[in-house]
Order: sequence, then C-alpha cells, then structure tokens
Amino acid sequence: MTVTLENLQKSYGPLPVLSGCSFTFQSGRTYCLMGPSGAGKTTLFRILMGLEKADGGTVRFEADGEALRGVPRFSAVFQEDRLCETFSPVENLKLTLGKSVPEEEIRRELSLLLPEESLSRPVFTLSGGMKRRTAICRAMTAPSLAIVMDEPFTGLDEKTKEQVIRYIKSRQRGRLLIISTHQEEDVRLLGGELVTLTGLTSPAL
Amino acid sequence: MEHFYLTRKLLIFLFWTALWQAASMAVGNSILLVGPADVLKTLIALAATADFWKTIACSAGKIFLGFFLAFAAGIFLGTASFRLPFLEELLAPVIALMKSIPVASFVILALIWIGSENLCIFISFLVVLPMIYLNTLAGLRSTAPELLEMADVFHVPFFRRIRYLYLPALLPYLISGCRVALGMSWKSGVAAEVIGTPAWSIGKQLYLSKTWLDTASLFSWTLVIIAVSAVFERIILFLLSRIPCGTPYKEEGK
Repeated sequence: MTVTLENLQKSYGPLPVLSGCSFTFQSGRTYCLMGPSGAGKTTLFRILMGLEKADGGTVRFEADGEALRGVPRFSAVFQEDRLCETFSPVENLKLTLGKSVPEEEIRRELSLLLPEESLSRPVFTLSGGMKRRTAICRAMTAPSLAIVMDEPFTGLDEKTKEQVIRYIKSRQRGRLLIISTHQEEDVRLLGGELVTLTGLTSPAL
Repeated sequence: MEHFYLTRKLLIFLFWTALWQAASMAVGNSILLVGPADVLKTLIALAATADFWKTIACSAGKIFLGFFLAFAAGIFLGTASFRLPFLEELLAPVIALMKSIPVASFVILALIWIGSENLCIFISFLVVLPMIYLNTLAGLRSTAPELLEMADVFHVPFFRRIRYLYLPALLPYLISGCRVALGMSWKSGVAAEVIGTPAWSIGKQLYLSKTWLDTASLFSWTLVIIAVSAVFERIILFLLSRIPCGTPYKEEGK
C-alpha cells in the first residue's frame, strides 16, 4: 500500500503540530521517521490509522482494490504497549489473529522474541522489554497492508534491539513499514530511508 | 498461619456468644432477650420439620428469581445504555426513582398491584435492578480507551472485543455490585414477605414470631436468612469468578 500525504495540517488549539506535510510513503519500503519530541510523529501516525482527523490536507491510500477491502490498512506498535494485561502474550496475539492461526504457530512465533516460560503468563507479570516485544510480535503477525511503529525499541537493550530488528525485517513481507525513532543508528540497522519531521513546519516532508 | 487464623476467629465467635448468653441470663426474660442456647434449641426443632425446609425453599426460590431477572435485565439495559446514550438519559429518572424510593413504599404499592404471592419477586427485582444496571454501565465505561483504539486499528471483531476488552473491565464492577445486591435482595425480599405474609415464606414466620412474641423463633429465622443469603452469595460469586477474563496465574511459592 502506498500512502500519500498532501499538505497535511493539524493543530491542538493554538499549537500547530503538523503544518503542511506532503510526502509519499511507497509500498513495500521502510521509512524511519525522526524528529524531536513534540514534532508530530505520533499525531501523524494517529491520522494515518484513522484515530484522529487532520484539520486540513488529504491522506490517500493506494493499493490493489481487493487488498484495501479485505485487510486492515495498518497494524501498529503504539507508543504504549496497549496489551491486555490480564491475558498472556499468546492470548494477546489471539485477540488480533482469532482462530485463523493455530496456537502452536502463535507460540512458535512468539518464542522467536520471548523466552518460552513467559508465553503463558499474564502480561502484567512480564518485564517492560518483554511487553514491548509482545506488542511488536502482535503488529508483525496481524494481517495488514502496512505497519506503523511508534518508538518500538524503547526499553530494549542493544542486543535485544538487533534481534527484534532482524525479526521485523523477516516478517515485513513486502509491506510498507514506518517507524519513528530517536536514534540514527536504527535507520542503518533497519535499512530504511530517513525522513525528518522537524519542528512545527515539517519542512522535510 | 491458617490454623492460627481459624482459632482466633473461633475464639472471637465464642466470646460474643458467651456475652450474649450472659446478657440473656442477666435480663432473665426470654421475650426481651433470648439466649443463644434457646435459639439453637428452637432452630433444631424447626429443622426437624418438613415445613421449615419448604418455607426456606419457597422464599429462596422467589427471592433468587427476582435477583436473577434483575441481574439479566440490569446487564442487558446497562449494555444497551452504554451503546445508546439516549437510552441512558431515558432510563435515568426511572433508575433514580428506584434508588431513592423507600422499600416499604414500594412494597405497599406492589401489594396493591400484584397481591402478596409474588410480591418478593417483584421487590427483589426492583431493588437489584438499579445496582446491576449502574455497575454494568460503570464497568463498561472503565474499559481502557487506548485498548479500544488498538482494537479499532487491528479491526478486532465484536465478540473478541467483549471477551478480551469489555469483560475484564466489567467483571470487577459486576462482582462488587452482586455482593451488595445479593444482601439487599434478601433484606428487601423478606421485608416484603413480612408485610405481604404470603404462605410458605420466611417473612410470614417472622411476622408470626412477632404476633406470638416468640423471640427464639425470630432469632432462628433471622439466622436462617443470614445463612441462606451467605450460601447464595458464595454460589453467585463462585460462578462469576469462573468467567474467563484473563490467563490464570499463580505466583511462585504460593
């Protein structure tokens, strides 16, 4: 799926967050969105996912007609983990996958990122890093045309981050991937394109 | 530790029972204050008759029916009001009225409308409905909005949302609502029976105790109400706790 932004504008009261952003995210590619805190990365993601309306401008989604109809546009890793805390990582993946994927397969997938013993424990008993990896696994396994990740590597040490990045790349499967990050090194590790979102005017977009 | 806890509880119980017996002996009038020994004797004598068990079964059946109907209606209306804000506004005056009118006024009015036989079903229903309704509404509203957003993005279907998002939020509210509502359904149901005095009812037995100044019988039936109400509470709370709303977890060493 290709996503095109045209003169996108958004402000919260008197505070402009996105001021005329225009850019095209090409299908199948990886983009690393960078910018200081408050520059509008999360707002942009929320507009893309349909959780907020832009004040002005347009967002166009282009994909094969069949694909647009049947599958959710996005799967996501939010800034917070947004997991069902009383359920296990396996159950959290069942929430998005339903019965279409057998439990064995879900376990196999999760065990690529998490220790086996943590798969059946309620999420509230897991460490912050484990929760983050569960959220990443949920986003990568859910059916979607594109993936957005809002600072997905928060709370992960370097070694785990590299393992997670390898996992993300192996599960991207030709989908558009947009990741917001604060570290330029992530751009290299992901093999993505750097897109800067600086300040209120967002000139680079 | 568990053993010590039970012993302490037993000693506390014995202390108060002994104090009660001593007070009764000091008063020396079983009409004014009957002692625990006399109450126990009366209770054993009552329990030996078939009428005793039939009375309990009839009262419990009716009060529980009222509770169950209100439980189902409360959840249904609470869920509907959650989805349709106008329905909540429409029901608000009725629910406020149900909460604020004294049970005795309801009982007398209902006695005129429907007679005494099924009075306690109706009263139990009226008392329980607003509690379950309001707790359902509050529980559903407590569902984390961030999780609902996540479900929107991932296109999670309705029934899976109920199981993973709404039910875990609703259940604690429902359990606390049921805890209060069960006690209230018994108190109000028996009060209705005392006023309506239908055949085979605990309320009628309480009324007769008053007529004959039979304090031992009054205390015995009161103990029966407390016991049956506690059994009902345990059953309902056990059933609610069996509803799956999370992955079972046992902490290590426990």
